[in-house]
Amino acid sequence: MEGAMQADAKIRSESGTESGPRGPACSLRHFACEQNLLSRPDGSASFLQGDTSVLAGVYGPAEVKVSKEIFNKATLEVILRPKIGLPGVAEKSRERLIRNTCEAVVLGTLHPRTSITVVLQVISDAGSLLACCLNAACMALVDAGVPMRALFCGVTCALNSDGTLVLDPTAKQEKEARAILTFALDSVERKLLMSTTKGLYSDAELQQCLAAAQAASQHVFRFYRESLQRRYSKS
Amino acid sequence: MAAPAFEPGRQSDLLVKLNRLLERCLRNSKCIDTESLCVVAGEKVWQIRVDLHLLNHDGNIIDAASIAAIVALCHFRRPDVSVQGDEVTLYTPEERDPVPLSIHHMPICVSFAFFQQGTYLLVDPNEREERVMDGLLVIAMNKHREICTIQSSGGIMLLKDQVLRCSKIAGVKVLEITELIQKALENDQKVRKEGGKFGFAESIASQRITAFKMEKAPIDTSDVEEKAEEIIAEAEPPSEVVSNPVLWTPGTAQIGEGIENSWGDLEDSEKEEEDEDGTDEAIILDSLKMDTGVEVSNIGSQDAPIVLSDSEEEEMIILEPDKNPKKIRTQTISAKQEKAPSKKPVKKRKKKRAAN
Repeated sequence: MEGAMQADAKIRSESGTESGPRGPACSLRHFACEQNLLSRPDGSASFLQGDTSVLAGVYGPAEVKVSKEIFNKATLEVILRPKIGLPGVAEKSRERLIRNTCEAVVLGTLHPRTSITVVLQVISDAGSLLACCLNAACMALVDAGVPMRALFCGVTCALNSDGTLVLDPTAKQEKEARAILTFALDSVERKLLMSTTKGLYSDAELQQCLAAAQAASQHVFRFYRESLQRRYSKS
Repeated sequence: MAAPAFEPGRQSDLLVKLNRLLERCLRNSKCIDTESLCVVAGEKVWQIRVDLHLLNHDGNIIDAASIAAIVALCHFRRPDVSVQGDEVTLYTPEERDPVPLSIHHMPICVSFAFFQQGTYLLVDPNEREERVMDGLLVIAMNKHREICTIQSSGGIMLLKDQVLRCSKIAGVKVLEITELIQKALENDQKVRKEGGKFGFAESIASQRITAFKMEKAPIDTSDVEEKAEEIIAEAEPPSEVVSNPVLWTPGTAQIGEGIENSWGDLEDSEKEEEDEDGTDEAIILDSLKMDTGVEVSNIGSQDAPIVLSDSEEEEMIILEPDKNPKKIRTQTISAKQEKAPSKKPVKKRKKKRAAN
């Protein structure tokens, strides 16, 4: 555990390495991903986007309680733990969004009457948390070897009051934005798996954000591919 | 996350034990100077809270947790505050540098696992060893060789010299760990002062094959507007949905007529009028509002108040039928619909009991 987790207790130091103001062209922040860093879970991944980092652990397919058993497919459970305090309603709602996304891609029918549990731990939150959680969950599911029909990624867009679009916003940009839209896209045809939005926007802006998210997801999927290629380069 | 057996939301024994031990180790040993946390005597004080998240359980979580907790407390900085007479000014981290907590000493736990009635001793047991151990001895010590907490569990009987030997080993271990902690804290402080990168992001070992980094990637979003316009132009317009809300009283409105009441199938003897309209299963609360609150102006008769209770022992008030049921129905169909079903269940319950 040396250096693996620096608990910031109450004060979160966001100002230190915040990425400089991004120009009018949108850009995604610096990405990093490490897989298989925990020994107990079947699959684990830690995903970093700028200063936001989430650690995901996957257990499955494993035994399921009879009350939660589904006769023809796997029961998917998502648990999201915030950095500070007990999980509340916001976490429950995010868990549901992530679970719906995962259920759409995981081939649960291959493992009926089992449970697949995804546990997400927020390590630091500096904007686009839900997208980071989705990415970490996907990498952890891949690491665990859970069969999926496609990979998925999360992208967050923020709309400013003047109509400009910012991809992968930082916490400051999210606070100042008029609307924040998070999309989960799949890797095969970049179709929309899940969308959640907060704020005011027009339908034209929605389509624009979606198109921008699809463009951004290409980069994320390329990052996944390269990361996995590196991992399996030495057999 | 730490182990498949750890279910969320359930306070397992292990968790309670760990919590208690850490509290004793950190709070009762007075390693933090709590007096310095006072802002205004008798009124305002800082509250410090340590949240420990267990990521992976491969044995000896007590030691790891105690190290994490004490390092977090040493690393923590609280906002600066100044008191001038009655006025208390809280400075944000941007205005004034945050202030560290005043820590007297750093207690660190060291665990010893015993096997075969004390014959074998293992320091820092891993998960497999913990499962088969006879008993566990935890000694919390600081670098000045002062024992802060000592706990023996598992019911093993230890000899005095065994315990002394353990405390000597603990002393050596604690010294090493404390040096390591100091080095890490100094490192972090140095990096922060120089303006370099710090935090969890830097702890990812980039040399490992399982880790991968990608720098900032610019995305070309120049064509999003055209794409969006295309999609909107091709899409069908959304179907018109017109909803007619009916405002009964301030605070009570109704949209829609509801579905047909299915309670009609249960009983044989029923008043026919009550079955005719498609009533909805209105929430009892709704009808209470309507009955006890303001009445709708065009209902002629007054209904007896509905007394609803879960207990079937209580006496139920029999409701009189409306004086002019037909007239009321044509005037205020929806209102009747709202009221009728809530009355129905009550009436039916009475009937059932009468039948039994």
